[in-house]
Order: sequence, then C-alpha cells, then structure tokens
Amino acid sequence: MSDSSSYTTAGMRWLAFRRLVTAIVKTAAVAVITLFGLTVFTFSIARYVPTDPVLAVVGDKASQATYDRVYKEMGLDKPMYVQFATYASRLATGDFGKSRFTQNQVFDDLKRVFPATFELATIGTLIGVLLGIPLGVLAAVRRGTWVDQLSRVIGLIGYSVPIFWLGLMGLLIFYAYLDWLPGPGRLDIAYQYTFESETGLVLFDAARTGQWDVFFDACRHILLPAALLGYFSMAYISRMTRSFMLNELSQEYITTARVKGLSEARIIWRHALRNAFVPLITVVALSYGSLLEGSVLTEMVFAWPGLGQYLTSSLMNTDMDAALGATLLVGIVFLFINLLSDVLYRVYDPRTR
Amino acid sequence: MSTPSASLPSPVSWREWLLTSEPQSRRQARLGRYYRGWLAFSRNPSAMFGLAIVLMLVLCAVFAPWIAPYDPERTLGLQTARLLPPSAQNWLGTDIQGFDVFSRLINGSRFTLMAIFIVAIITTPIGLLIGTFSGYYGGIVDAVFMRITDVFLAFPRLVLAMALVGARGPGLENAIFAISVTAWPAYARIARAETLTIRNNDYIAAIRLQGASSLRIIFGHIIPLCLSSVIVRVTLDMAGIIIVVAGLGFLGIGAQPPTPEWGTMVSAAKDQMRDYPWIITSAGLAICVVSLGFNLLGDGLRDVLDPKSARN
Amino acid sequence: MTDTPRPLLEVENMNVCFRMQSGDVEAVRNMSFTLGRERLGIVGESGSGKSQTGRAILGLTPPPGTMTADRLVFDGIDLLRASRRKLRDIRGKRIAMVMQDPKYSLNPIMTIGAQIVEAYQAHNRAGAKESRDHALAMLEAVRIHDPQRVYDLYPHEVSGGMGQRAMIAMMLVTNPDLLIADEPTSALDVTVQAEVLRILDELVSERGMGLIFISHDLPLVSSFCNRVLVMYAGKVLEEVDACNLDNAKHPYTRGLYRCLPSLKCDVKPLPVLQRDPQWAA
Repeated sequence: MSDSSSYTTAGMRWLAFRRLVTAIVKTAAVAVITLFGLTVFTFSIARYVPTDPVLAVVGDKASQATYDRVYKEMGLDKPMYVQFATYASRLATGDFGKSRFTQNQVFDDLKRVFPATFELATIGTLIGVLLGIPLGVLAAVRRGTWVDQLSRVIGLIGYSVPIFWLGLMGLLIFYAYLDWLPGPGRLDIAYQYTFESETGLVLFDAARTGQWDVFFDACRHILLPAALLGYFSMAYISRMTRSFMLNELSQEYITTARVKGLSEARIIWRHALRNAFVPLITVVALSYGSLLEGSVLTEMVFAWPGLGQYLTSSLMNTDMDAALGATLLVGIVFLFINLLSDVLYRVYDPRTR
Repeated sequence: MSTPSASLPSPVSWREWLLTSEPQSRRQARLGRYYRGWLAFSRNPSAMFGLAIVLMLVLCAVFAPWIAPYDPERTLGLQTARLLPPSAQNWLGTDIQGFDVFSRLINGSRFTLMAIFIVAIITTPIGLLIGTFSGYYGGIVDAVFMRITDVFLAFPRLVLAMALVGARGPGLENAIFAISVTAWPAYARIARAETLTIRNNDYIAAIRLQGASSLRIIFGHIIPLCLSSVIVRVTLDMAGIIIVVAGLGFLGIGAQPPTPEWGTMVSAAKDQMRDYPWIITSAGLAICVVSLGFNLLGDGLRDVLDPKSARN
Repeated sequence: MTDTPRPLLEVENMNVCFRMQSGDVEAVRNMSFTLGRERLGIVGESGSGKSQTGRAILGLTPPPGTMTADRLVFDGIDLLRASRRKLRDIRGKRIAMVMQDPKYSLNPIMTIGAQIVEAYQAHNRAGAKESRDHALAMLEAVRIHDPQRVYDLYPHEVSGGMGQRAMIAMMLVTNPDLLIADEPTSALDVTVQAEVLRILDELVSERGMGLIFISHDLPLVSSFCNRVLVMYAGKVLEEVDACNLDNAKHPYTRGLYRCLPSLKCDVKPLPVLQRDPQWAA
C-alpha cells in the first residue's frame, strides 16, 4: 500500500469519524432537551394535582401554623422557576421523593421493580425480532402468497387486539382450562420466599447460581406474558420488515446482484436484508419502547411485580411522587433506547458514518 | 361552463359525466375525482369490510336505546339474574350485577365512538395547524414546536396518558383529554413533512407572486393537500385510541363502573372469567372488531388517498 | 471484426409484456437479431423497450413482466430451456451488464472491493487473497490509479465516474463473453463520459467480447458500434450499419438524426421529431 493512498484514506475516515461524533453529540443534545421537556411535564403534573401537597404531608388536622411552616419548608412560596430548579436538581441526584404508599424512597422502589419489567420486555423483543424479521422477509419475497397473507393477518391482529384481553384469554385457556401453564406471578409461592434474586433478574440469577428448578419455574411463568409481548412485537416488526424489504428488493443494486449471478438466498439475506437493517434498527428500538408500554397492561394481567404494576397502583392510590417517578423512569429508558438506536444506526450505515 | 346544466351534455349517465377525462367545471373535476377514489376504494374488499364495521358501530351508537333490549345500568335482579349464561332472553348472558351484557355492549359503542370522535375533533385541527405553520414558516417557530412534539413522541402514549389521568383523577373525560394531549404531535409531524415538500413547489411560488398572503397559501393550498395523509393517519390511529381507552378502562383509571365502557367491562369481569367467560369474551371481541374495522378502513383509505406511502 | 461461425447470441421473435391493472403493456415486440463477437447498438427514446431488451436476455424481466421468445440461444445454450441454476451460472460469468447509474446500482453498504470480490467468487473457487488480487487488478484495468484505496471505499464515497468504472470492473472481473451496457454514461458528467467510454472500448476490444450498447444517443452509438438497431414503441424499426447511418431509410431514424443540432450548419428552428402512429402498429 502506497503511503499517500493510506494517508488519504485515513484522512477521509478521520473526517467521517468526526462527522459521526458531531452527529451523536447533536442527538444527545436533542435527548437532553427532550429530557428537560419531560421534567417540565412531570413537574407541571405534580403542581396540577387537585390534592394539596401540604395537606398530604401534615394531615387534615394540622394547625394553620404547622401548615404554613410546612408550606414554606416545601418551598411552595417561592417562584415557579425556583421550585422547578429545586425539583430538577433533586431528580438529578436520584431523589424522586418518597412513596406515600410503600413508605420507601421512590428511587429504591424503582430499582426493585424495574428488573422484572426489563426481563419481560427484553425477552418479548427477542421473540419479536427472531420471529418477526424472518416472517417479514418471507412475506416480502413471497409477496401475495399464503406467507404474505399470514403476516398480514398476524399484523392486523397485533394492531387490533388489546394486549390485556389477549393476556386474559391466554390465562383462561392455558391456565384455567388446560392447566398447561402456571397462573399469574413471577415464581411459584414455594420459591417466592426461598429464592433471593440479587439483580432482580430472576432468570439470570437462577441460571447463574445453578438453581435450575427455580430457573424452569421462572421460565414457565414468563412464557405466556413474554410470548404475548413477543407476539405484538413480532406483528409490528414483521410488517415493517416486509415493507423495508419490498423497498430494497426494488432497488437497482439488487438487479446488479442478480446480474452477477448470485443465488437468491444471498441476494435476499446478504444484500436486501442488510440494507433493510438500517431502518429496522429504529423500528426494533420503537418496538422495545412500546413493549415497555404494553408491559404496563401485561403486568396487571399477570400480576407481574414490575414497573407497570407499580405505576398503576401508585396512580390508584394517588401516590403522585411514585407515579411520576415511574413515568420519568419509563421516559428515561425510552430516551436511552432511542439514543442507542441512533448511535447503532449511524455506526452500521456507512453513509451516515 | 357557467351553469351546471351546460356541463351535462347527456344526462343519461352520471357515471360517464363523473368519469370524463375532460371535465367542464371545477366542480365536475372534483366530484369525478371523489368518484374515482370511491371506485378504487370499493374494489378493495377488506376496506369495504372495515367500512361496514365502522358504519355498524355508528348505527349501534345512534340507535343504542332502541337496539338494546334492557337498560345497561339497571340490574335485572341481584338475587335472580346474576351471571346468567347466554340465553334467548339475555343473548350474551348477564354480569355479576345482573346487567344484560348484550345491552351493555351496544351502549358501550357510544362511549367508544364518543371517545374517538372527540379525540379526532380536538387533535386533527391542532396537529394540522401546528404542522403546517411550523413547516411553512420554519425557523424558531418550527424548532420550538418540533422539540415539543419530540417530547411527546419520545414517550409511550399510554404512560403519558396515565400520568395525566393520575393528575386529574380517573374518568372517561379525563382519559379522552389525556389521549388528545398525546395524540396531536404525530399529526403535526405528518403535516409538517407534507408542508415541507409542498412549500417549495413552483405553483406555490406562482401563487405567492400573484400576491397571495401566507395565510391564504396555508389555508387555501397547503392544508387541503396535507389533509389526505393526515386523515389516513387519524383513521389508522382510531384503532390505537380505542385500545388505549379500553386499556385505561381496564386499569381502572378510565371510565368508571357501572359505565358500560368495554375496557371497564373486561376489568370488572376478569375475576369471574374462569366460570363465566362470556362477559370478558364478548366485551373483548367488541373492542377487537371495532379496532379491526378502523385498521382495515385506514388501510383502504391509504391506498386511495396516499398511494405513495401505501406502496410500502 | 467478423462474425464467428456460431453466433454468440441469437434472438428470435422476443416479446416482453407487462400485465398491469390498466391493461397489458408490450415493452418489446417481435424482436429478432443475431450477434457475433461484435458491437451492436440499440437506440431509441425512453420507453422504446431498449432497456427491457437487455434485461430480458439475462432473464431478469422484473415482475409483473413476462418474456417470451421463439428462440433465445447464447453460444449454443438455449436460455429459454436452461435451468435456473444454469442461468445463474451464465449470468455474471458469461453475460454481464453495466447499468446506468452507479449511485443506485452499487450496494450502498458494501465496500467496492467486497462487491467485486463477491462477483469473482460467485463463479470462481478462490481464496480471499486471490480474489482480492483479481479485484485490485481489475480496478487498475479500469484506470483507477489508486486501487488499494478505492477497494476499501463505499459507493457513496466515490464520484459517479469512479463508481461507473468500479461497476465495469465488477462486471468484467469474471471475463464474460458478452457485455450489455445499458446507458452506461447517461448518468455521468459530460467530462467523464468520454473517459469511461474509452475504458469500455479498450476492454471490450482487448478481451474480444461481444457488446450490446444501449443508448438514446444515436451519434454516440454509431461511432461506437458496428451495427445499430433502431427501436420505437417496442419494435425494431430498422437495422443499419453504423457507417451507413447517414443513408438510413426509415423516416424515424432520419428524423432522429436531423433534430440534432450541428456546429456546421445552423438550422433554425431545429426540426422536431415527427412520429407516425403507423410505426408502432
């Protein structure tokens, strides 16, 4: 390799790398602005609550003097922007307030419930990706055949059936009638008090410590809710994969690949799908986010002790600090996933590098 | 040209008049375009099926008191008529309070239709206006609005709606409000994207050279062109809105019992689902059928109104 | 160049038809020609079916189109009856095609080198090193001065002319017998068109390939090819020797020729091409 050529290549790559870094910094800046917007949102909701935050602390029977003192202590006499600054700086240190219902710091509560949701949504997404992408590819390649029709029906059901109802029907059939699967919950009662999960990820901890009976029990419990979330993820991912693949397959470079005499399999999986991956990265991220949403309802159906259940029960108990903390966490996770997908897609696609 | 009758050379065939390739007036051209759209739409069986479902929903909602055999919120007898299986008297049985499930389902269509109607009425104009204005003017207006839509689009709709409902207290009105707050940004985004492509067209420049004001350009030329893709999106969104309304009802923070909202019905019946599965099955199926109807209708509309995105 | 005893390609009565909702579109009708190791130009306006002819020979008529023919024989192999496997072996290995715009015809997320290597390895059992050497040699053959560098670049990182040269390299790396060039220079800047054409010219002569050169540019084709087929509305109107184009008989060909501006004589206004519906019949 001649020196001059390697130098120019390196120079070009360096420029490209700088462009990539700039782009990522920009994306991160947008993420920070978005996070700020979310904080404004939760702050205004907290201010908007019809219940008096002072009364919630001191109780109905407190004297006017106590009330005024607490009112001052909580900083409610200060201007709005000061209150917001206090709120935001508290959030930044991980102080999400205290849950009135559980009497714990919201931050600790969230740390406890989040892994359960994370486990569920991740397995759901894995199912969705592993089944949805091949299904979408086949539907695009065999356009108009029964595979395509099947993917259309799966997609329509996914867009039209409420996840909580499908979950209930699943429980009704596989648990109540057939008794193939265990009922709601993460583990059987027998294990619930004997098994200590360190990370909160039951499957992971059980496998790590070699407690295979716990592992299989956890598998049986997670099967139905994860399959359910996986189905909705698959419905979305397969439809998007199909449409991206149809777009790629109509491109000129596919004709080039055919002219080169490549096999159909290579053309589909190596050329078309790899190009379709570029927009699919974003789709998988979106799907992961919507599974967080779906898990709220799924957790209610399956009594899954995760973030969604925590959020719902906080709302039912008008435990606003807890509810807003959970909302904020969902938002932050969402933001992080979007950021991650943006970086991944820039790294994957040479045109954006 | 001046009178409609002049443009009717032979009143024999409306079809011919509508499908002519040389319309004599703007009105004829426009009607012809609608007719052609309808012809394309009606050739699509699944779209027609969706339309039929939606029409049925509307009919059910309008004529609910006449269709439903019983009062949906009055018990048929707490001792005698609780959890009856389906029969000739109670087609879908009764629930734990002795309410007739079929009557509740029929009346539930009113809440579903009302919810999506109000959401559409509130959010479509807001989304259209914000989207077209920020797309047309660009600059700081655009930046601010798009950051706001970013915030909303970056987070799951159900969770945002839950937080809003949490602040205002449970209830169907608050649920509808919360969904509206979370629904408009998507329409604003679409309208903005369309505006950006329309804005730089030569015919817009031509209108501007003729001295048309910005407002006139936006309302007279840009909004009508954005409308079709926004309508398609709104229709497809209806299905999602139905599901979110039902989801909030199911979580107990949407419509409150004994309101016969379908999600609330599923929630109320889930504890007895093992032995009395008809309540939960029928209420759930009602949600599925209606949102399927909107999905099919939206797909069909997209094929006709927005062929660009339909190809994908 | 003279015709070999056995022609390289025989096409007899080829039709390409697209079934659309709005009715059938016949892109190519009753096309017949024979080709030796020579250069055949196909000229026509856009939509005259010239590109579809090239694709049909390779069996790459895009759906919903279908191709039928009485005879389609390449070097003694009946392409109409060949198995899909056999067809795939012929594609790339023995017949290759250079397409119009390298911006679209190269895979955007594969490096140029990887795409050339892929073409080579599809038809040759070769290791990574050998394939790479072949690809680099080929890049050099299309007069890329810095093959090592271009090898590792992605298509969007090179200019149109460079991209088209890479495309030619990719198509010729297997040493095919017949090259179809479908408007190979139309998407390029005028300044690099000549250079790309010269490279194509040299390589085709050097390797003794047959060439089908598809273009809308009549003078270019006539300077580049031995014979020219003039197409209109899917039909061949006339076949002329390139040196005899001035004496073309068909009014369409003469029309095409006449409405080109010339530096020598100033005709004002420039004649507009007259079309006779009967030609399409």
